[in-house]
Amino acid sequence: MLDYVKLLILGLVAVCAAIAANYARDAAYLVHALLIMSAAAITFFYVLRSTGEPKRPVPVNQYMDGPVRAAAIATAFWGVVGFAAGTFIAFQLAFPALNFHWADGYLNFGRLRPLHTSAVIFAFGGNALLAASFYIVQRTSAARLWGGNLAWFVFWGYQLFILMAATGYLLGSTQGQEYAEPEWLTDLWLTIVWVAFLALFMGTLMKRKEPHIYVANWFLLSFIVTVAMLHVVNNLQIPVSIFGSRSVTVMSGVQNAMTQWWYGHNAVGFFLTAGFLGMMYYFIPKQAERPVYSYKLSIIHFWALIFLYIWAGPHHLHYTALPDWASTLGMVFSIVLWMPSWGGMINGLMTLSGAWDKLRTDPILRMMVTSVAFYGMSTFEGPMMSIRAVNSLSHYTDWTIGHVHSGALGWNGMITFGMLYYLFPKLWNKQRLYSLSAVSWHYWLATIGIVLYASSMWVSGIMEGLMWREVDAQGFLVNSFADTVAAKFPMYVVRGLGGVMYLTGGLIMAWNLYMTVRKGTVRRDMPAAAPAE
Amino acid sequence: MALESHQKIERNATLLLTLSFLVVTVGGIVEIAPLFYLENTIEDVDGMRPYSPLELAGREVFIREGCYNCHSQMIRPMRDEVERYGHYSLAAESQYDHPFQWGSKRTGPDLARVGGRYSDAWHVDHFTDPQSVVPESVMPAYAFLADNILRPTYIVDLMRTHRLVGVPYTDEMLEMAREDFIQQATDFGDPGVVDRYPGAQQRDFDGQPEVTEMDALIAYMQMLGTLVDFSTFTPDESR
Repeated sequence: MLDYVKLLILGLVAVCAAIAANYARDAAYLVHALLIMSAAAITFFYVLRSTGEPKRPVPVNQYMDGPVRAAAIATAFWGVVGFAAGTFIAFQLAFPALNFHWADGYLNFGRLRPLHTSAVIFAFGGNALLAASFYIVQRTSAARLWGGNLAWFVFWGYQLFILMAATGYLLGSTQGQEYAEPEWLTDLWLTIVWVAFLALFMGTLMKRKEPHIYVANWFLLSFIVTVAMLHVVNNLQIPVSIFGSRSVTVMSGVQNAMTQWWYGHNAVGFFLTAGFLGMMYYFIPKQAERPVYSYKLSIIHFWALIFLYIWAGPHHLHYTALPDWASTLGMVFSIVLWMPSWGGMINGLMTLSGAWDKLRTDPILRMMVTSVAFYGMSTFEGPMMSIRAVNSLSHYTDWTIGHVHSGALGWNGMITFGMLYYLFPKLWNKQRLYSLSAVSWHYWLATIGIVLYASSMWVSGIMEGLMWREVDAQGFLVNSFADTVAAKFPMYVVRGLGGVMYLTGGLIMAWNLYMTVRKGTVRRDMPAAAPAE
Repeated sequence: MALESHQKIERNATLLLTLSFLVVTVGGIVEIAPLFYLENTIEDVDGMRPYSPLELAGREVFIREGCYNCHSQMIRPMRDEVERYGHYSLAAESQYDHPFQWGSKRTGPDLARVGGRYSDAWHVDHFTDPQSVVPESVMPAYAFLADNILRPTYIVDLMRTHRLVGVPYTDEMLEMAREDFIQQATDFGDPGVVDRYPGAQQRDFDGQPEVTEMDALIAYMQMLGTLVDFSTFTPDESR
C-alpha cells in the first residue's frame, strides 16, 4: 500500500515538474524543473520495480553502511571538483584572460566563485558530514540507522540539492548573499532534505542501546539543528513567480546584512566547526586507539562553543552602517570564543597522550593531528581579526581569504582526508589502505600547499590594506586602486601554485581510495558489518 | 555534581536537542531583533527612493553576474576610504536593497558611490574589455551584455514582489513600469520617469538603439550613491 502512495506522489511530482519546465521563465528554472522531473521519474521506476515483490528482510542487527559508502565516495569526488574549481578561479585572478570570452560570461569569476565555495563547503564538507554522522551515530549508539531507506533519501536528496545549486550558479541564478546563493526552489528542497536528516539522526539516537549519548553526537546534533535554523531564517524569500528562479529577500539593508552574517559566520561555526568537531571526537580516538582526553572539558567546551559562536557574526560588519553596539558585541564574543575553540583543540591533541610515537609511523594520524593544529591556528587568527583595529586593516582584503583557507584546507580538509583513509578499508572490508606512502605524499603536498596559500594571502592582504590607507605628507592618497591590484600579482601566482599542490594531493587520495576498493586484500578476521549488539 | 546533572542531558536525546537549540537562539535574537526598531537603522533620509525599473533590472544583472564577490558597496568612515570613495555609507542608503550588496571583499574598488564618476562611454569600454581602460585590472570582460536585448516582460512582477516586502512602489509606478523602462534608456525620452523617480538619469546609456543589459547595468552604476545630497545632510550624533 505504502508503495502505491509513494508511486502516486513521485508520479505527481514528475508531472508537475514537467509542466513547470514548460512555463519556465529562465534557464536556471528550466534546468531545475527538468532535474526534479528526472529525479522523481528515476525514483518512480526504482520503487515500481520492487512494488508487489516479496520484501527482503531488513538485517536489523547490522549497521546500514550503504549510505556511508555512497557519502564517502561523494566526499572524495566533490572534494576534487571543488579544489579544481578553486585552483582555476585562483588563476583567473592572476590571469584575467582565463575568463574565457567564448563562454559568454558563464565561466566568469563571479559565477564560478559561488560554485567553488559551495562545492567545497556544501558538497565536499556536506557529504563528509553525512558520511561521518551516518557512521558515528550507528557505532556509538549500537543501532542501525532509523527510518528504513530514509538515509538513502537524505543522501540522494542532498546530491540533487548540490546539482541544482551548481547548475543554478552557472546559469546566473543567485540570490546574491554569500554562501546562501541558491534561490527559493533549491532552498525549499534543502529544507525538506535537512528535516529528514534531523529525523534520521534523532530517530537513531532514540533507539540507541548505549545509555549515554557519545560526545561526537552532541556536536553533530547541534550542527544539524542549528543549520536548519540558520538556513530557514536567512533564506526568507518571496518568489517573483512560481515559474521563475528569482526570489526577493524579505529583509533589506542593515537587517539583511546582520542576518546574512549571523548565518554566514555560523555556517563556519556549525557546518564547518561543530560538525567537524563531531568527526574529530570519533575518528581521532579511534585512529590513536586512546580515549578522549577529558570528559569535563568536552562538556564545558561544547556548551560554551555553541552558545558563543552564534554571537560572532557582526564582526564581519565593523565600521559599516550596522550600529556600533552590535559589532562590538560580535567582537567581544569572538574573542571569548577563542577559549572554547582551544578547549576543543586541546581535547583533540591531548587524546594522543601516550600515543605520540604513532605520529612517526601513521600518516593518517599525522593528518588528523595537523588538522587540529590548523584548527587551533585559525581559531586564534579569527578572534584576532575580529578586533576592530585589526579588522579595519584586514577587512575587504586577501587576508580574510587566507584565513578561511587555513581553516578550510587545513582543518576541514585534513580531518576529512583522515576520516576517508580510516573509513575506506573498514567500509569495503579491506585489511589496509592500498598505499601508505601515497598518504604521505598527499600529506606533504597538502601541507605545503596550505602554507603557500596562507602565507601568500597574508602578504598580499596586509600589503593591500596598507597600500590603500597610505597617505603622503600633503595628505593625499599615495596609491590608486589599480596600483594595489598590480602589486598583488606575484602573490596570486604563488596562491595558485599552492592550490595546484593541494589539488594534486586530492587526486592522489582519490586514486589511493579507488585502488583500496579495487585491489585491497579482503579482511577475514572481522566483518565490516558488525552486529549492533 | 554539575557533571552528574549533565548525565541527565547525555541520556536524553530530546533534552539535548531542546537545550542546544535554546542555547543557539539567544545570540541571534539579541543582535538581530533590535535592528527593526532602533532609530538609526530605520531612519529615512531625504533623497532615497526605490530603484527605477531600468535601474532595478541593472541591479539584477549585477547580482546575476556575482559582482558582489569582488566589489563592496559599503564605505567605512575612515580617512582613506572617504578620500578614495566619498562620504561613508548610511544605513538608509541600502534600505531598499533586497538583498543588500555591501560585499565582503574588494578585489575591485568599492562601488557605493561610483555613480557619475565615469562617463557612459567609459563604462561601455570597461565592461567590454576592462584591461583596455585599466591595464592592471583583473576583471572579466562582460562584452556579451551589449548583445543581450532586455525586455521588461517580468519587471512588473519583480517590482510587485519588492512592494510586498516593503519597497514603496506606488500603483502608478507599477502601471507605468514597462513604459518607464524603455523611456529611461532613450535620449530625450518621456520625462515622466524622472518625475516618478527623482534624480533618475535618462539617456541611451550604451549608444545602441535597443535596450540591452548593458544599458540597464550602466543605469544602475550611474545612480549608485547619488541619491542623498551630502551638502545638506547632517549625520545623527549617535552614529
